[in-house]
Amino acid sequence: MSTAWRVADVVAARFETPTARTLRLRIPGLSGHLAGQHVDVRLTAPDGYQAVRSYSIASALPGDELELTVEELADGEVSPYLVRGVMVGDQVEVRGPVGGWFVWRPGDLTPVQLIAGGSGVVPLMSMARAHSAAASPAPFRLLYSVRSPESVYYRDELAALARDAAAPLSVEYVYTRTAPAGWPVPAGRLTAAVLASAALPASASPTFFLCGATAFVETVSGWLVDAGHDPSRIKTERYGGIGGAS
Amino acid sequence: MTDQDYLDGNAAAGLLSEVFAVDITSAVGRCASCGDEAVVAVARVYPNDHGLVVRCSVCGDVLLVAVEERERVCIDLRGLSWLEVRPGATA
Repeated sequence: MSTAWRVADVVAARFETPTARTLRLRIPGLSGHLAGQHVDVRLTAPDGYQAVRSYSIASALPGDELELTVEELADGEVSPYLVRGVMVGDQVEVRGPVGGWFVWRPGDLTPVQLIAGGSGVVPLMSMARAHSAAASPAPFRLLYSVRSPESVYYRDELAALARDAAAPLSVEYVYTRTAPAGWPVPAGRLTAAVLASAALPASASPTFFLCGATAFVETVSGWLVDAGHDPSRIKTERYGGIGGAS
Repeated sequence: MTDQDYLDGNAAAGLLSEVFAVDITSAVGRCASCGDEAVVAVARVYPNDHGLVVRCSVCGDVLLVAVEERERVCIDLRGLSWLEVRPGATA
């Protein structure tokens, strides 16, 4: 089987943080992707053992290239190789892009609230980039819960997107362990009260895209429902310490 | 495996794309056990070394089992009493 697997070339790589790396892949025959989709990556060991993991697409590119940002998990089977091992010029097998539900389409003008927990920002960055590339007038906000300033992905680009006059993005950070010097509030986990003050109100009928670890997603989606948001407008993507994230 | 060790139905999109020409994760399915109707993307996916098990997010019963080997993919759909596919949804 496996007609869906294709060989991708690694054409560029850069670190976002000391433990997270963005890989740009060229996939022959690919013509664009939707914001929020993912690909499966398959590695094959010399003895034939194979490991497959899913990684969200970070980019919003029209052609035969896309970017993944991979967070290294110390006990992972796949992520240490993608973060530390693979080099520009190497090849990996990919399946996708896939997924038609946790996606944002540029024609959708509904207000959007993105909520990221840690590396869950990756597919939301694809949406923010697509929003900018389309010069979409849809109101877009990102609430980014992250451990420390050093753990933030795409900080400069997010700041630039927030200044984009054609399609501005509002970005708000919540630091859970260490806040930057001079930050107005002490580091601490996202709370229902902070969420309520940062997120678009239910009266705006926003669509939510929520991505992070399972506990984060469960907690935050519960708060959103409690705050009166329509559950059918809350789209979630969670990663665990299993399969899809390692 | 604890109760937290699952992913969203989205995570099944790659494997299911081996078999279906449309994106099954954005299709609406009816749980044969409790009757809940929801997009497959909101179900719970439990991956394992051979493939994955998709369970209903309401009652927890199995909706779908997919097993992938080198030369074949087997899918057991008996936990879904029906599946409403939108033909425009690309896999």
